[in-house]
Amino acid sequence: MSVSLLVVQILNGLQLGVLLFLIAAGLTLVFGVMDFINLAHGVQYMVGAYLAAMFVTWTGSYWLGLTLTLPVALAFGLLLEVLIFRRLYGRDHLDQMLATFGLILFLNQAVRFLWGSEPLGVAMPDILSGSIQVMDGLRYPVYRLALIVAGLVIALGLHLAINHTRIGMLIRAGSTHSDMVAALGVNIRRLFMVVFGFGAMLAGLAGALVAPILSVEPGMGDNLLILTFVVIVIGGIGSIRGAFIAALMVGLLDTLGRAFGPQLLRLAMSAAAANQTGRSLAPMLIYILMAVVLFVRPTGLFPVKK
Amino acid sequence: MTGGTAAAANSSRAWRHPAVWLFAAFLALPIPAHFGANAYILSFATHAVALGLAALSLDLMLGIGALASFGHAAYLGIGAYSVAILSDMGHDDLLVQIPVAIAVASVFAGITGFVSLRASGVYYIMSTLAFGQMLYFLAQSLSAYGGDDGVTLAARSRLAGSHLLASDLGLYYVTLAALIAAYVLLDRIVGSRFGRVLGAVRQNPMRVRAVGLDPFRYRLLASILAGSLCAVAGVLLANQSEFVSPAFMTWQRSGELLVMVVLGGMGRLWGAVLGAICFLTLEEVLPGLTDNWKMVLGALLILAALGRGSRLSQLFKGVGR
Amino acid sequence: MIAPLLSVEGLTKRFGALLVSDSVTFAVEERELHALIGPNGAGKTTLINQLSGTLPSDAGRILFADEDISHLPLEARVRRGLARSFQITSILPDYTVLENVALAIQARSGSSFRFFGRVGQERALNDEATAVLTRVGLVGRSTARAGTLSHGEKRLLELAIALACRPRLLLLDEPFAGLGQEESQASIALLKELKSDVAIVLVEHDMDAVFSLADRVSVLVNGRIIASGTPDTIRVDPLVRNAYLGDEELA
Ligand SMILES: Nc1ncnc2c1ncn2[C@@H]1O[C@H](COP(=O)(O)OP(=O)(O)OP(=O)(O)O)[C@@H](O)[C@H]1O
Ligand SMILES: [Mg+2]
Repeated sequence: MSVSLLVVQILNGLQLGVLLFLIAAGLTLVFGVMDFINLAHGVQYMVGAYLAAMFVTWTGSYWLGLTLTLPVALAFGLLLEVLIFRRLYGRDHLDQMLATFGLILFLNQAVRFLWGSEPLGVAMPDILSGSIQVMDGLRYPVYRLALIVAGLVIALGLHLAINHTRIGMLIRAGSTHSDMVAALGVNIRRLFMVVFGFGAMLAGLAGALVAPILSVEPGMGDNLLILTFVVIVIGGIGSIRGAFIAALMVGLLDTLGRAFGPQLLRLAMSAAAANQTGRSLAPMLIYILMAVVLFVRPTGLFPVKK
Repeated sequence: MTGGTAAAANSSRAWRHPAVWLFAAFLALPIPAHFGANAYILSFATHAVALGLAALSLDLMLGIGALASFGHAAYLGIGAYSVAILSDMGHDDLLVQIPVAIAVASVFAGITGFVSLRASGVYYIMSTLAFGQMLYFLAQSLSAYGGDDGVTLAARSRLAGSHLLASDLGLYYVTLAALIAAYVLLDRIVGSRFGRVLGAVRQNPMRVRAVGLDPFRYRLLASILAGSLCAVAGVLLANQSEFVSPAFMTWQRSGELLVMVVLGGMGRLWGAVLGAICFLTLEEVLPGLTDNWKMVLGALLILAALGRGSRLSQLFKGVGR
Repeated sequence: MIAPLLSVEGLTKRFGALLVSDSVTFAVEERELHALIGPNGAGKTTLINQLSGTLPSDAGRILFADEDISHLPLEARVRRGLARSFQITSILPDYTVLENVALAIQARSGSSFRFFGRVGQERALNDEATAVLTRVGLVGRSTARAGTLSHGEKRLLELAIALACRPRLLLLDEPFAGLGQEESQASIALLKELKSDVAIVLVEHDMDAVFSLADRVSVLVNGRIIASGTPDTIRVDPLVRNAYLGDEELA
């Protein structure tokens, strides 16, 4: 295993981690502040990707498309909040699961209806296309690097917003003692709307950011949703910091495990056996990590609730 | 719920019990199917009965024990892959396949339950979902069994050496027998000491602790029982479709199982079976009406969830208790 | 002198910066009715939660029947004979009154891992549950769903469930709260009767009840026991008068 291959895989892992963080950040707050099971967060990521595909094609510019996507993804999230989610706050988790499960079915088919089943592509902005020399004998696509950087910048921004603004303070308080916040006379409905809309926008942004490198297709958010859950469980519900660290852990472990698992096992067993075992084991690694974390700390690495 | 959903508790009233009607209808179903010579109905019914068994097992967790497991389809997968793998190894008898499926399911339910039941609420739901997905990826990596594409079974399983399952009618009745046996078993369990504790844990875990019982053990055992029964459903489902793939155990399938239980009314066992039939029928009928039937189905689910706890659903809640 | 049934040393609990139990030390003898009084928010419920194992303590030791139970969970303490009632009624609303009580009896008589026998037809459980319900005067409501009971009846059921655990020490958190005149008179009479065979820690705001029932009274203020003694000494204790009772109430 050469060093450059390792670096490539680490970058790939970071990229997945950053993506997971963008989706998980909003969702962990929705769970934490509202105690709301939202299965439909993955389709909001998908909707973001579709919006980006549509707007980029319309305007012919990636940047314009991205700029249009954000407010529309936000508006879409708020629309869902008003139409569906707000009627389910404080209800049984089962009702929330059913409704948001229904929403997944609905939206996955709706995008198929509107845009067809064929995967859509999104053109990359010119200045970010191509690749650059990262180290000797290793070129890496600029866009993917930019994605990592953008994710890290957004994470930093979120960190500042959560810890140093009034709304961030309310959100933090909401995750720890939601009843207390309500008792203090804060408009809890508005806080919920903000958290929700914001989470939807971040998920949509994640979708828009990956649109140029992944195919935009119905159901693209379904499996990512589960990865997001793993991230949230590991990080601790309601914790942005936990989501960030867990997202990077999951992204790196999953990518490196798949890339190098079979090779590592080959040190201990025959090539054929190592190949099958490695390929079976690699996708399970993050779930095993989750099980271990849950076992040791049933409320995640950075529990927020008291 | 006094002492279970007892069909047999009061034999003079037994005929009025919905479960009796439901199973009688199932028993008689092949008759019109026979005269109508529509083989498809029988295959659909077998499918529905097998998934009815899966939903029934989930009702033990969800309806009786308030455990909203979002990974139940994993056990369908365990059952189905037991058939594929054991048949491949030359063990094609249900008398081998079912015990193995149950053993594997128990171990998986025991280990994952041990971890996720310690966590509560949202953590429980998310971790069951994730563990289910873990098994899905494991199945996907089994290249000897077709990986993502799955594998077609060479033949249906045998039953105690006989080829009873080779005929569609034989398979149907064997599947139905499994469902009825499971129903009777669970009905007994719900009415037993164990069932009473499990029902109490649903209503108020703190109260259960305060009389000296540890809710965890009862939840864990309920998970193992439910997983085992669902694995049996998976064995039968594989025989019905004569094909096994990771698609048996997607998390969407787990979601559908939850929908079936809720649709039929939680906690009364036969309701889960009825819910399975209603859901599968809907899935069968809607595509004939519109290409975008999944939008209709999704919208129906949203409305059902929003409307739960409404007057209408309270009305149905009383039936058959 | 024999060791007390329950002895508590230095029990402490913090919620964040708030010190709710401040190194509480006291003891309860066999068959003693020990009343715990104090103003709202004094930490009485928290102390009951710590004693029963509902909440973990930050420091201190609890000895019950010569055994250190400080680190046992609630359910293990109940099995050793330390039962509690809840200030906020905690029952099984979907079960009948009889089933609520029978569960507590089942929990201490034989295994609950029995899967086939119909528990509803177990004579021994039902008979004993009926006897407990007769004792608290709720037997007429045996077949009612517990969720449909009136508030007063629910309080009685709460008490019946605790009794059905057949404890050696009963922790009662405001069992009379919200009861009508008649109901609370009946409950007080019942506790008087119970006193002869079970030790009781009684948290109560109703001073008439406390002073007529208690063998000893401890006064909790801001998480500290500021006085402990017979009802007569507590009645005249100037510290207590100042800090809590208010002179006119005792005049
Ligand atoms: N879970 C908790 N987290 C934070 N603070 C708590 C918690 N439970 C209780 N408290 C605080 O601890 C203090 C003591 O509460 P506790 O319920 O023990 O009082 P109490 O004496 O039972 O009052 P009352 O007579 O009203 O029942 C109160 O100030 C309360 O606000
Ligand atoms: Mg209190």
